[in-house]
Amino acid sequence: MKLDRRWEELTPEEKREERFKRWLSAPDVNFISPEAREGYRARVTRIIKAIKLEIPDRVPCQIPTGSFPAYYCGLDLKTVVYDYEALRRAWLKFALDFDSDTVGGAGFIFGGRVYELLDYKLFKWPGHGLPDDASMVQFVEAEYMKSDEYDAFINNPADFMLRYILPRTWGAFSPLAKLPPMNSFLGIAFLMLEAASRPDFRPMFKAIKEANKERARWLNVITEISQTILEAGYPSEGGGMALAPFDTIADMLRGTRGAVTDMYRQPEKLLEAMERLIPLSLQSATESANMALSPTVFIPMHKGDDTFMSDKQFEKFYWPSFRKLLLGLINEGLVPTMVVDGSYNRRLEYIKDLPKASVVWVFEKTDMARAKRVLGGHACIGGNITGSLLRIGTPEDVKKYCRWLIDTCAPGGGYILTLGASIDKCNPDNLHAIVDTAKQYGVYK
Amino acid sequence: MAEDYVSLLADLKENEVLKLTRKRLDAGEEAMSILNDSRKAMEIVGKRFTDGEYFLPELVYSGELLKEITEMVKPHLSQSAAKVKRLGKVVIGTVAGDIHDIGLNIVDFVLDVNGFEVYNLGVDVPAEKFVAKVKETGAPILGLSGFLTPAFDAMKETVEALEAAGLREKVKIMIGGGQIDDAVRKYAKADAYGKDAMAAVSLAKEWIGAK
Repeated sequence: MKLDRRWEELTPEEKREERFKRWLSAPDVNFISPEAREGYRARVTRIIKAIKLEIPDRVPCQIPTGSFPAYYCGLDLKTVVYDYEALRRAWLKFALDFDSDTVGGAGFIFGGRVYELLDYKLFKWPGHGLPDDASMVQFVEAEYMKSDEYDAFINNPADFMLRYILPRTWGAFSPLAKLPPMNSFLGIAFLMLEAASRPDFRPMFKAIKEANKERARWLNVITEISQTILEAGYPSEGGGMALAPFDTIADMLRGTRGAVTDMYRQPEKLLEAMERLIPLSLQSATESANMALSPTVFIPMHKGDDTFMSDKQFEKFYWPSFRKLLLGLINEGLVPTMVVDGSYNRRLEYIKDLPKASVVWVFEKTDMARAKRVLGGHACIGGNITGSLLRIGTPEDVKKYCRWLIDTCAPGGGYILTLGASIDKCNPDNLHAIVDTAKQYGVYK
Repeated sequence: MAEDYVSLLADLKENEVLKLTRKRLDAGEEAMSILNDSRKAMEIVGKRFTDGEYFLPELVYSGELLKEITEMVKPHLSQSAAKVKRLGKVVIGTVAGDIHDIGLNIVDFVLDVNGFEVYNLGVDVPAEKFVAKVKETGAPILGLSGFLTPAFDAMKETVEALEAAGLREKVKIMIGGGQIDDAVRKYAKADAYGKDAMAAVSLAKEWIGAK
């Protein structure tokens, strides 16, 4: 046993083995039955083998939850965003009715009241900026960081987030914009004291207090949902989360328009800011993964796809900082799991440049035959069951496509049958068709 | 000078092109001729995009440059400036319940530089608004954009609203965006699915009978 050695002295492989061991043994989980424990071990084993490019008993399959459980349960997104008991009912019904190898918790269905109390401006949801029957949350992109604020961000990201981004993106935190820079070690305590006594800060403290009360109610339910799903034998979808540095800038700070014009007007600043983000993203993803059982780190990928930028721009602005972040995560023994929107047909050769069997790539529209040709024997792949197929196709269509995917991608291992994006509404039999195909057709002989 | 201007702008040389704009204005040149050169440059940008040489960053950036040039030139523009002859009208927008506009604005740009008169209704556009605009403009082409799965139904409802208004026979409908594919085209009863912005241009030209 290497447990007596300090964590830092372990090799990346040893760290990952430790994490896998912990994931598999689920030390603090009280499974509801011996069968649930067995089921859990079988499911986790399947996923681990796929990651390691070994041959599992059958192709693992994952159905990301999206907002589907709400509609499956006869409810809608608006209801579960505001009614936590309805949320619990829907998620537990979904988890137990579909025998997916992993089941996502409900943590990404935020508490609507919590965000309202804090006046969060980045999301629109049904009943809050979107019609009541809207089935997905939508993201409001804008230049939350101005074009001349790169230096402020680079010099002190935490201060910049606190005094610039937070007040601009959460209405309740707008008084923070009035604070002086958080630079003096001694001064910060007094700054806080002074702020607490100012009348224009009072609404903020009140909102925090109320939102916190509401969030505790929400969090209780979320925690219980995750625990119940786990105790029934279903490993969770993922541990930590991160974004590629370019996506962090283009999604969260500068917006697409801002980020792509910066490629021309201030490329050095853009590159420097992304470099600055690497250790910060690495730390937050590692910390969140450390709290979870699963060593996977979910990374949704947005603006580096074939149509968003040229190969040269990908080489310069997207890949280098992202690759560093991935190597950092891999070095911590974590398993970055990328869900890639759009197509990566022209990116496959680049992304092959990572240690063997260290990551998972889930593609949306990428040509899977080509993905297997380039990445096969090197990285685990999955995805490509599209929203269009699930929404419009029949169970027979879905089965047929899943069989094609398995024929094309499963040989030799390193494959997970899964969706390229989460789904809101569809014929439940289409999702059963995925699981059934994995179980019947996806058996390795 | 005009040729230099066109290629400087098409090559996205911001500083040079703005300096040259100032110089041309100071030399008393017609504002309209500067705008005509800008349009030529944008056509080249559109062509380079179609050829896979330029991508989204270049389209967005060239749009920014055009905005800056227009701002500089505007005060010098005479009221009588002739309108550019257009190939035909196209109404576009992102369907109800969807607020994504990156793809929409690219389509707007490439249609515009390819000579179409584009009516961009923006995002989260209800079916009735599409119907009203098609009726008002008499546009023979409608482009529906959407990124998420809920857009499938919104597109279908928009097409059906045009049917109900008796306009369906008069307008060709193309759809595109994130999760859209040909299966959605059939489902929504649209005429064509375009997998990228270039497809929007070739479809529009085909439908309008232009080369």
